[in-house]
Amino acid sequence: MRTVFFLLMLVLARPCLALDAAAVGKLAFGDADERSAALAVLVAEGDPKMVALLEALAAGDVQTAGERVLIVKGDEAIDAVTGAKVTPLPKEREDVVANNRLRREIESALSALKLLSPDRAARLAAAQALATGAEDAVLPLVKKAMAQETDPAIKPMLELIAATLELKGGTKESRIAAIRRLGDSNSPNTKTLLMALLEKDKEGRFAETDEDVRAAAQASLRAVEGKLVWGEMGGLLFAGVSLGSILLLAALGLAITYGLMGVINMAHGELIMIGAYTTYVVQNLFRAHAPQAFDWYLVCALPAAFAVSALVGMVLERVVIRWLYGRPLETLLATWGISLALIQMVRTIFGAQNVGVENPSWMSGGIQVLSNVVLPWNRVMIIAFAALVLVGMWMLLTRTRLGLFVRGVTQNREMASCVGVPTARVDTLAFGLGAGIAGLAGCALSQIGNVGPDLGQGYIVDSFMVVVFGGVGQLAGTVYAALTLGFANKFLEAWSGAVIAKIAVLVFIIIFIQRRPQGLFALKGRAAET
Amino acid sequence: MGPIATTISRLYGTRGWIALGAFAAVLFIVFPVFSLLVPPSSPFHVSQYWVTLIGKIMCYAIVALAMDLVWGYAGILSLGHGLFFALGGYAMGMYLMRQIGREGQYQADLPDFMVFLDWKEYPWHWWGTEHFWYAMLLVVVVPGLLAYVFGYFAFRSRVKGVYFSIITQALTFAAMLLFFRNATGFGGNNGFTDFKRILGFTIATPETRMALFAITGATLIGALLLGRWLVTSRFGRVLMAIRDAEQRVAFCGYNTVNYKLFIWTLSAVLCGIAGALYVPQVGIINPSEMSPANSIEIAIWVAVGGRGTLAGAIVGAGVVNGAKSFFTQAFPEYWLYVLGLAFILVTLFMPHGLVGILRKWRATT
Repeated sequence: MRTVFFLLMLVLARPCLALDAAAVGKLAFGDADERSAALAVLVAEGDPKMVALLEALAAGDVQTAGERVLIVKGDEAIDAVTGAKVTPLPKEREDVVANNRLRREIESALSALKLLSPDRAARLAAAQALATGAEDAVLPLVKKAMAQETDPAIKPMLELIAATLELKGGTKESRIAAIRRLGDSNSPNTKTLLMALLEKDKEGRFAETDEDVRAAAQASLRAVEGKLVWGEMGGLLFAGVSLGSILLLAALGLAITYGLMGVINMAHGELIMIGAYTTYVVQNLFRAHAPQAFDWYLVCALPAAFAVSALVGMVLERVVIRWLYGRPLETLLATWGISLALIQMVRTIFGAQNVGVENPSWMSGGIQVLSNVVLPWNRVMIIAFAALVLVGMWMLLTRTRLGLFVRGVTQNREMASCVGVPTARVDTLAFGLGAGIAGLAGCALSQIGNVGPDLGQGYIVDSFMVVVFGGVGQLAGTVYAALTLGFANKFLEAWSGAVIAKIAVLVFIIIFIQRRPQGLFALKGRAAET
Repeated sequence: MGPIATTISRLYGTRGWIALGAFAAVLFIVFPVFSLLVPPSSPFHVSQYWVTLIGKIMCYAIVALAMDLVWGYAGILSLGHGLFFALGGYAMGMYLMRQIGREGQYQADLPDFMVFLDWKEYPWHWWGTEHFWYAMLLVVVVPGLLAYVFGYFAFRSRVKGVYFSIITQALTFAAMLLFFRNATGFGGNNGFTDFKRILGFTIATPETRMALFAITGATLIGALLLGRWLVTSRFGRVLMAIRDAEQRVAFCGYNTVNYKLFIWTLSAVLCGIAGALYVPQVGIINPSEMSPANSIEIAIWVAVGGRGTLAGAIVGAGVVNGAKSFFTQAFPEYWLYVLGLAFILVTLFMPHGLVGILRKWRATT
């Protein structure tokens, strides 16, 4: 059946399959340069029907028999020029071997041919493929596609590709014209392209020798940068808020256990890790038992992460931390021991490798705000989630009976006990709350980063810095501190690189604490004296 | 009794001196004889593995001593002592790197990692490190100066307790990030390794190793006696008073900042010396020595042995590190459980450590 169909196709396709015989011959028999030239001729004709020949050439299915060029698939062979079926198969055949250069050109040409496809997705994919590196030969095709392209997303990409190709070769005038056209673009890729023209090599010579071209590139670069600058600032701001919200999530639980209760919990990071691993387990359960509801596994994972971390936290409080109240240095060491044991436990259960936590589909992708600013959905969600957790915690502490008790116990334990507050149980519950919030943070962080046994270690120094910087016992201080540190980190990063930025922020906090040990916002009144 | 005899009897009683003498005899007579003179075929031969391991643990014991001086006697818990240790180690490492000469992989004048980074000359902070005595000066001055400046500002603004611990942790974390960068000029991730010679002696021969071992042992004993001399003096009494009630001491007219600053800087210098002894014996120094986890482990050595006893710090460093090398070979997956449990159980049930248990046992019998 398939053979019949194939033959039918051949018969129908035959009238248009009149490829340039000379070019095909050169492609098969010529030397390297002749073959490239032949390819360019064939591509310039833009005949989509020659895709078969090029694909066969790339796959190594093209053979020659005497003067004829054949496409051989198994036992079947067709003539590359006429498209006629060749039977019987000639005995004497030779493979046409495509070298790397030719392969690259073929790949480029195949992409370029797809630019004319009626399917938008195929055109977009082809344009993206060419944007990473197109061969000179496809320029006429790109121009042809540019003329008939109407899609607002694809057309600028084509213009950029065409301009890039024209920049590489061609006359001085055509290159300058191409540079001028690039000046209208607002794509970050254009900026990289133009900057390459203005680069100097080691001896201080410009990569581009022509001065007029350089001047034009300079002007265009300035125009493009002017358009990009708002996007860059916006992107930086967003990155700052995003990092700030992550720091806030990691530090909020600590704001309760350390800030309010005064417990140095070095295992806080491991409670975050437990939340992340709970998310991983819930994800796996959904994948195994309810794959159709996979997109909503987070709805289950959030309370689960809270519950598991809170439970672990409460057990720790009852078993270890309770006996060390009032001895902060001992608490620090004991909780460090707990964190080591928890890390090893997770390693034993889940293995030392990172595990994969998948975003639900509604969290992948992002919103394109400007040409060079994309806000990823998972980051946006985390900012919203951090705000939600903050509001929830604030409500809990100020509007509920438990919150009242917690505040009472932290302000004056004896007096609270005298009026009948069960202080021991409040301690356990408050610690559980802090631990549970760490679990929520872990669930959120599993959506943007790696989940592994060492996850918590990366956050412990940062979250202590946030709480200490903001002022112990202050929720508002924690928020300001998290956002300040987030912005500071990102702005310094843009200016000096990630590691130096991180070091600078740490050194800044160390100096800050020495100048102002009570943090940004000091508690007024009696609590501040101790 | 003359003043020297008084001092001697002040440091340790008869039993203490006998124990110390026995310890010294083992280090300086038994180890060299059984390692160098007894042939490897004999069952009594002490192999290179043991010499290196005990040498390494003695370096750690010096660090534990330094930690006990600040934590046990002045109540300052540092979570950044690994930084001072590593700085001393890096200073020694710079000298050792320059002793390699042209025998590196690239046979160049510069160390391999600099050739790899395509550097043409030594960065400024390597100036003079080819001279042994200048490098030794760095071993003492760099950790000491950093500790002095850091401590001056911290103690003057009355940063104490947990706050101090957390910012020392931040300090060592920041330094670790800095040293991980290739551009900092200390070999990045890999740090310094592949040493060939020290003072012209080939570093891998049993004789050189034994010499390093003996120097480390002598330093340890010297540090112990120095520490003991300090804490039994008037200075030590004020220090302990500061630990127990700083405000009262201040109201009595003592400048507590100076006392704390002195012991803090001395402690950092001791750590630097320990680091400098550690590097030639172990043969590598890299930024992971500065990781916060390493520094916090030092505290557990002291806690296990018993803080505020000096000898306990040495015992603790020996016990914990001995257990570590046993477990990481025999049951690597259980080591973190053991270490974690040690942290928890010691703080909960053994506030005075092994030395405390021994004293209690001696008091009841």
